[in-house]
Amino acid sequence: MGTLLRLATAGSVDDGKSTLVGRLLHDTRSVLTDQLAAVERVSRDRGLPAADLALLTDGLRAEREQGITIDVAYRYFATAARSFVLADCPGHVQYTRNTVTGSSTADVVVLLVDVRKGVLEQTRRHLAVAALLRVPHVVVAVNKIDLVGFSEDAFRRVDAEIRQVALDLGVGDVRAIPVSALDGDNIVERGARTPWYAGPSLLEVLESLPPSGDPGAESFRMPVQLVIRPQGAARDAAHRDYRGYAGQVASGVVRVGDEVVALPSGRRTTVTGIDLGTRELAEAFAPQSVTLRLADEIDISRGDVIAAADGAPEPVQDVSAVVCWLGDAPLRPGQRLLLKHGSRTVRALARTIDGVLDLDDLHSVPADALSLNDIGRVTLRLAAPVPVENYAASRRGGSFLLIDGHDGRTVAAGMVGATLRTGVVPAPTEPEGNEEWQI
Amino acid sequence: MSATTTLPTRDRPAEPPRPDRRTQSDAPGTGASRRAPEAGSAAYASARRLTQLDLLESESILVIREVATELERPALLFSGGKDSVVLLHLAAKAFWPAPLPFPALHVDTGHNFPEVLDFRDATVERLGLRLEVARVQDYLDDGRLRERADGTRNPLQTQPLLDAIAHHRFDGVFGGARRDEEKARAKERVVSLRDEFGQWDPKNQRPELWNLFNPRHRPGEHVRVFPLSNWTELDVWRYIEREEIELPSLYYAHEREVFRRDGMWLADGPHSRPRAGEVFETRRLSYRTVGDMSCTGAVESSAATVADVVLEVAASTLTERGATRADDRISEAAMEDRKKEGYF
Repeated sequence: MGTLLRLATAGSVDDGKSTLVGRLLHDTRSVLTDQLAAVERVSRDRGLPAADLALLTDGLRAEREQGITIDVAYRYFATAARSFVLADCPGHVQYTRNTVTGSSTADVVVLLVDVRKGVLEQTRRHLAVAALLRVPHVVVAVNKIDLVGFSEDAFRRVDAEIRQVALDLGVGDVRAIPVSALDGDNIVERGARTPWYAGPSLLEVLESLPPSGDPGAESFRMPVQLVIRPQGAARDAAHRDYRGYAGQVASGVVRVGDEVVALPSGRRTTVTGIDLGTRELAEAFAPQSVTLRLADEIDISRGDVIAAADGAPEPVQDVSAVVCWLGDAPLRPGQRLLLKHGSRTVRALARTIDGVLDLDDLHSVPADALSLNDIGRVTLRLAAPVPVENYAASRRGGSFLLIDGHDGRTVAAGMVGATLRTGVVPAPTEPEGNEEWQI
Repeated sequence: MSATTTLPTRDRPAEPPRPDRRTQSDAPGTGASRRAPEAGSAAYASARRLTQLDLLESESILVIREVATELERPALLFSGGKDSVVLLHLAAKAFWPAPLPFPALHVDTGHNFPEVLDFRDATVERLGLRLEVARVQDYLDDGRLRERADGTRNPLQTQPLLDAIAHHRFDGVFGGARRDEEKARAKERVVSLRDEFGQWDPKNQRPELWNLFNPRHRPGEHVRVFPLSNWTELDVWRYIEREEIELPSLYYAHEREVFRRDGMWLADGPHSRPRAGEVFETRRLSYRTVGDMSCTGAVESSAATVADVVLEVAASTLTERGATRADDRISEAAMEDRKKEGYF
């Protein structure tokens, strides 16, 4: 069976993002007859000359009425090479939180840019989000190339602009493709109308990206979701004394016989068994959901982390992090919140706000509050030690939520120790560097 | 542009059926018997890659465990339909060898296929689950609800569901809905907040980040939880095949007396009688969804086994809802409107 790639799309209003997604679905033959018939009927009712593929993803009434995308829509398609989960994220500036949502799990972000408009504030914001969230790959679809007469110069100008911003932000891996989402040029097939572009089509790129992460190269971590101890409730009397620690392996590999450490207690023990339902495994690796049996009945409960005995992270109470603030009311120093990391939720105090990212020049500037959609650095004090890791080293071990304890709302996406670039601009690279692009 | 002139067919290429069912369950990382290659070798690295089904299974189990332990009183919607059967199978796996720490809840339209109800009862019995049933019929009998002009009862399920949630003080309800089913569902979070009136506000959803799920809510609110959000219909069928999960018999080809209405084959039953001009025929059919008999149609099919169904679904040019659900044809936003009111 092929691999699964998670992609998120982002772009500004009217860049044609829904059209691009519709085109990808349509041209990979992932749209079924009844869905297409519904789109054609609605398009006809509205007096459009052709089927509006954006209607495939704009599922909500308000979206159809306003011709915009409001919320993240998830779509599924497959080619002979692999399957895709696509998070289609809206481009409105006030909906940045949805782009953060879509990017947090993405292997690749496909960013739409209108070739006539070039890099806009939202483009910078989306690239900043992709860089901060450490999305491994970014593909920029330079759209509406048909509206500039398939001009190579127009594409090169936007391409150079994107590369500059990506360098400023530290986006690792970025490449641009000239496309027409409306007509399908360079989406699935390479377009004959852009003979000056020798690179692959968008789908070819998506099919060839390597799947993320090799568990064998990471350290083992597993947040404990629950302790399974059926006692008298066991359906089978043989399991009355069963005691297992259930969770999803966040990183690395664990084998029967491995020495592990429970955090934050620091107590050590050995793995004696690994269960996945009724099957016994010799090893488990990220991201499998399993249940571990241990040699000693040490005190481990929900929220603890079981880690490889060597190099386990130090539980800490003071955390410096970058947060995307998603709450309606601003974050101010002294505010009390809940922090959820792995399966642990602890009380947290926002001690200081250490800066906010100015998206115009990409500098961190002093601020005394973070408003909705701001990205800034904060220092938090936690009520109990938590074994956080640097987000740069581990997406799973370094990510957390901030939650409003009163109404339960998620108000921030946090990344431990993630750095804000401060506008140091490296030398520009050649726009012809497409062929050297690493995948 | 080509969209108006060519009607694409779905040939989701994916993989061919496996001659040996065990190939996949012994896939990397899931089979204890498989001998591990030497660490550091190329084979070792590629062996530590989960298949699509293993990835989906792991994500679902993560969600089920996380929400079940964070909430006080969850319940799992179980109708006997294939998605809820897969959901229950995953939940049993998530807590094995302990029993499920929550009851099952069924909203009975009174229009169910009898074999599906029998299957439902046998399944909860086998797993030792408590089953709560909320009956639409009770609401019709005492006048709290009235039959609709078109006779379908799916939209009538909302009030009994919300009342059952309030009565049992359920603070979270697991459902088997998938995002690939329908446009409005494609927009919904895995853990989705409902206000004190049970309403979904699609424009004000919580961000859902990484794999950190947040089911916290205020008193009176509750969450709906969809662990199968990222599964497609084909994934569900492949998983049923791989795990040898038992389903109600009407998912497989059988002979049945049916009549034709709105392009669908409807079965004879107390609530789905043929109208003037509609005549009975005996056809070889199967169901791709099971629900209200009066609006759930069968498709002509020769798929007698789960492997046959996998092939049929992979080659189908219609969605399961487009093929068999009259209630979703009402308007472009039929599902969204129902969901906003508290439907699942």
